[in-house]
Amino acid sequence: MTRLTGGLIDRTKPLNFTFNGASYQGFEGDTLASALLANGVQLMGRSFKYHRPRGVFSAGSEEPNAIVELRSGARQEPNTRATVAELFEGLTANSQNHVGPLHRDLLAVNDMFAPFFAAGFYYKTFMWPRAFWEKIYEPLIRNAAGLGKLSMLPDPDDYDKGFLHCDLLVIGAGAAGLSAALTAGRAGANVILADEDFALGGRLTMESDPLDGEDAQVWVAKVKAELESLANVRIMPRTTVFGVYDHGIYGAVERVSDHLLTPGDKVRQTLWRITAKQTVLAAGATERHIPFADNDRPGIMLAGAMRAYVNRWAAAPVKADNDAIAIFTNGDDGHRTALDLIAKGAKVLGVIDSRADAKALGSYEVFAGATVTGTKGRLGLKEIEITRGGKSTWHSVGALGVAGGWNPNVHLTSHHRGRPVWDESLLAFVPGQGGPKGLIPAGAAAGKGGTATAMADGMRAAIAALSELGMTANEIALPDAVDASQAQAAFWHVPGKKRAWVDFQNDVTVKDVKLAHQENMTPVEHLKRWTTLGMATDQGKTSNISALAVMAELTQKSIPETGTTIFRPPYTGVSLSVLGGGDTGPLFRPSRLTPTHHWAEAQGAEFVEVGPWMRAQYFPKAGEKTWRETVDREVLAVRSGVGLCDVTTLGKVDVQGADAGEFLNRVYANMIGTLKVGMVRYGLMLREDGHLYDDGTCARMAEDHYVVTTTTANAGAVYRNMEFYHQCVWPELDVQLISTTDAWAQIAVAGPKSRELLTRLVDDFDLSNEAFPFMACSDLTICGGLRARLFRISFSGELAYEIAVPARYGHALMERLMEKGADLGATPYGTEALAVLRIEKGHAAGAELNGQTTAQMLGLGKMVSAKKDSVGAIMSRREGMGQDARRLVGLKPVDPTKQIMAGSHLFTEATAHTMETDQGWVTSSCYSPHVESYIALGYLENGDSRMGEIIVAANPLEGITLKAEVVSAHFVDPEGGRLRD
Amino acid sequence: MLIPHPLLGLRDSQEFTYLGDASLMNRPDPSAPDAEAAFCDYVFLRNNPAGVHRELWFHEQGDRSWLIVTRNTVTHEILGAELATDVKLGGAQ
Repeated sequence: MTRLTGGLIDRTKPLNFTFNGASYQGFEGDTLASALLANGVQLMGRSFKYHRPRGVFSAGSEEPNAIVELRSGARQEPNTRATVAELFEGLTANSQNHVGPLHRDLLAVNDMFAPFFAAGFYYKTFMWPRAFWEKIYEPLIRNAAGLGKLSMLPDPDDYDKGFLHCDLLVIGAGAAGLSAALTAGRAGANVILADEDFALGGRLTMESDPLDGEDAQVWVAKVKAELESLANVRIMPRTTVFGVYDHGIYGAVERVSDHLLTPGDKVRQTLWRITAKQTVLAAGATERHIPFADNDRPGIMLAGAMRAYVNRWAAAPVKADNDAIAIFTNGDDGHRTALDLIAKGAKVLGVIDSRADAKALGSYEVFAGATVTGTKGRLGLKEIEITRGGKSTWHSVGALGVAGGWNPNVHLTSHHRGRPVWDESLLAFVPGQGGPKGLIPAGAAAGKGGTATAMADGMRAAIAALSELGMTANEIALPDAVDASQAQAAFWHVPGKKRAWVDFQNDVTVKDVKLAHQENMTPVEHLKRWTTLGMATDQGKTSNISALAVMAELTQKSIPETGTTIFRPPYTGVSLSVLGGGDTGPLFRPSRLTPTHHWAEAQGAEFVEVGPWMRAQYFPKAGEKTWRETVDREVLAVRSGVGLCDVTTLGKVDVQGADAGEFLNRVYANMIGTLKVGMVRYGLMLREDGHLYDDGTCARMAEDHYVVTTTTANAGAVYRNMEFYHQCVWPELDVQLISTTDAWAQIAVAGPKSRELLTRLVDDFDLSNEAFPFMACSDLTICGGLRARLFRISFSGELAYEIAVPARYGHALMERLMEKGADLGATPYGTEALAVLRIEKGHAAGAELNGQTTAQMLGLGKMVSAKKDSVGAIMSRREGMGQDARRLVGLKPVDPTKQIMAGSHLFTEATAHTMETDQGWVTSSCYSPHVESYIALGYLENGDSRMGEIIVAANPLEGITLKAEVVSAHFVDPEGGRLRD
Repeated sequence: MLIPHPLLGLRDSQEFTYLGDASLMNRPDPSAPDAEAAFCDYVFLRNNPAGVHRELWFHEQGDRSWLIVTRNTVTHEILGAELATDVKLGGAQ
């Protein structure tokens, strides 16, 4: 055990966990990384390419090395950073990216072949033969490389998404964030304070410096208590603001129960969409390292992270208590770590400082003007080589902290392509102009990283942000704090012949950067892609600037001249599960149920998705063995008796106003305005480009009142389109539109006995052919006073009606129709029978109106009125459209037992099946119990004059070719006598 | 994105359905001698500016009004939103 005293862990709450099968104990407040370090475990993983042994490198979300598979079974989550995995009782973790045990990875052999895996190796090596890519190279590479493995099981947890609004969003709850939130909170602003950590305080939890002369945690606790007491402040720990979107919208993930063994009745994570009027970015800074030979051994980590482990987690970064620790730095910040280590009782070898004039700030040895030039220790650091003035000495150490300066976390400021600018005094990129509107960087994220400076800057930013909103915030009393010295001298890497890692996660070394330079991949964007630098899951948080500095040196340019990388969302990885927000499986979108859905369910109906709706597909009866048997029965019942079908899903638009007829004349291709009150007409709609758009019926209920219907699938789009013409093109017309699809339940009552059945329901209403002929419509009451609408329209070709009642009576109406029609054989039918009936009748539906067809092709060219203008009329007559000779025909296979598949293409006999000889295609097909044969509809060149010809329907996809006779599309009652009786 | 609805204030763009260039409101005169060519341009040709763009959005999950939104396609800054009907009746384009 290498647990020290103090720290922000609760020693009264021990937590048991396992890593690679071995059992360990940590405490509440630990992360997986801190608990492993406290147990003397340095080796936590293997690198991506060379399978080098790796230990934890950081203490935050920037971690490149300690990447583990967390949990097991369906909850197994690969590529989780041990540094941000909060410890819980029963946690199980496994290292990843190795074959065999972690300490003896069989693929470590890759490291010996490192010369072959240099930058650009993918591009250079596997060029040929081409066929090898898919079968040999790629599977090999994917097997050898790659990160953790997925469980391949469905995610058992729930996810949610939510929306939040605030005056001020404060991102980061460190010194700057807390002072900003408190300033704005006291001013009465609506504040959201979000931090990725589970504890508030940011670096204040990791440093030893006092505030107001006492432990900084006292101040943090006071601020937290005050913020919690303010109703206008919402504190969101475990919440990463990962992206900036337009108009002050921020994406954030709250890890609601990642710190629990199982979520219980909570969601696992929530995706928040936060709309903020103003934002303070107090995201802090990330420390960078200094590449030197063999700098990737377990035990070598960022000096600031080391400080965090000893101060916050009381975990020494060594395997055994008496192992010495060294610090390699280019500035005063490294000395700060040495002082904290000493204060915690750790053994410090000394500070290796690249500056020749470096002085000790306490009682430890300083190697001024020295560098670390080599290391030993395969599975954990054992020795380092210190070189000064050309002389090298080896020293025994168990850990080495590296301090290369701090990079402000400018990521969110560049999400709208704002470019960071170089600050020579800080030796870092700071937020530049052109960042997202309303986003004010503060504290370390703005390059103002001292504790006192950051607090003051957070307060300033909050006051400035609120003043933008016309709110006044007063200065708050900040605690006494000091800014630690940030003095440093530029020193970017230790030159040498051996490999010095820049990007640990993707195994990119200084040599690779040099090679990229040699090969002229010098622009930063090329450097990234050639070497894969910064392209691992950590997105180069600890490596990008170091690589840039090496490239700058090679090109003999300054760092800002060399360039910078900008960042895209997400700031850290976001799981697809939470982006889905629980919208998976049946919850992917809401299902719309028809008014008779539950009735149909009770009848044992099978359902089918039709757009957003669930519709009854067919109603199987006991003893029916196939769906076809059921559908045939339903079809014959309609043709011989009476059938009932819920057609509520067809879109309904109520059109009212003095100019309703004129408006409909303009949006429908045929004449609607001349329709007599109480009558219905088929309506054909074109798109403005002249193609068929939609069809339906137009019923004139009164002089200034029409009810028009649309197809189910187009209900939303047609209504939107009608509103477009109403509001944007002809607003001068006196007309109002409203969609009433959901307001009315509509049931088709079809078949020769439909009149008889309806007579039993209507209140004193004459249904005789004379009084209520084909295509009549009327308001009426049924069943003793229920308001209803009756339309005598037919999709099946039989005597038929559609009856509409207020939606809430749909279920009751269906029951009443079944009851009153029992002796007539009333039969419910579903969408399958509906389709068979309309194909038998030759009525067009979605398959015939597929966006590429015209009124002429349907044989309805004359319906496009030449007496008036309407949408699409002009374009429907343009060259090419008007001359289209394909016509809708019926097709009957020569062998009635063979189905002509929809989508088959039509050819004359004895021609090759090519694009040039193509004569049309099959749109719809079914078995017709009426014809006692398979039948189909299709578009055929000059089809209307080819009745009786035998043609070929080819389905090359399935290798099926069938002969078929061209017949009228009206297989049933071509004269239309039945529906007029 | 947030769209400043002239009647309802700031609304989330997810409530809207996008159509495109507001020039779609200028349907050509069908009785003009060159109507077919004019319709051809109207249906198929649109400007695709990098910069300020006047475009049509339908408040489908809201009050069902068509808006003309003036948006900078480069920055997504929204410079204004008007009811399409008002613009059309006012004669301005």
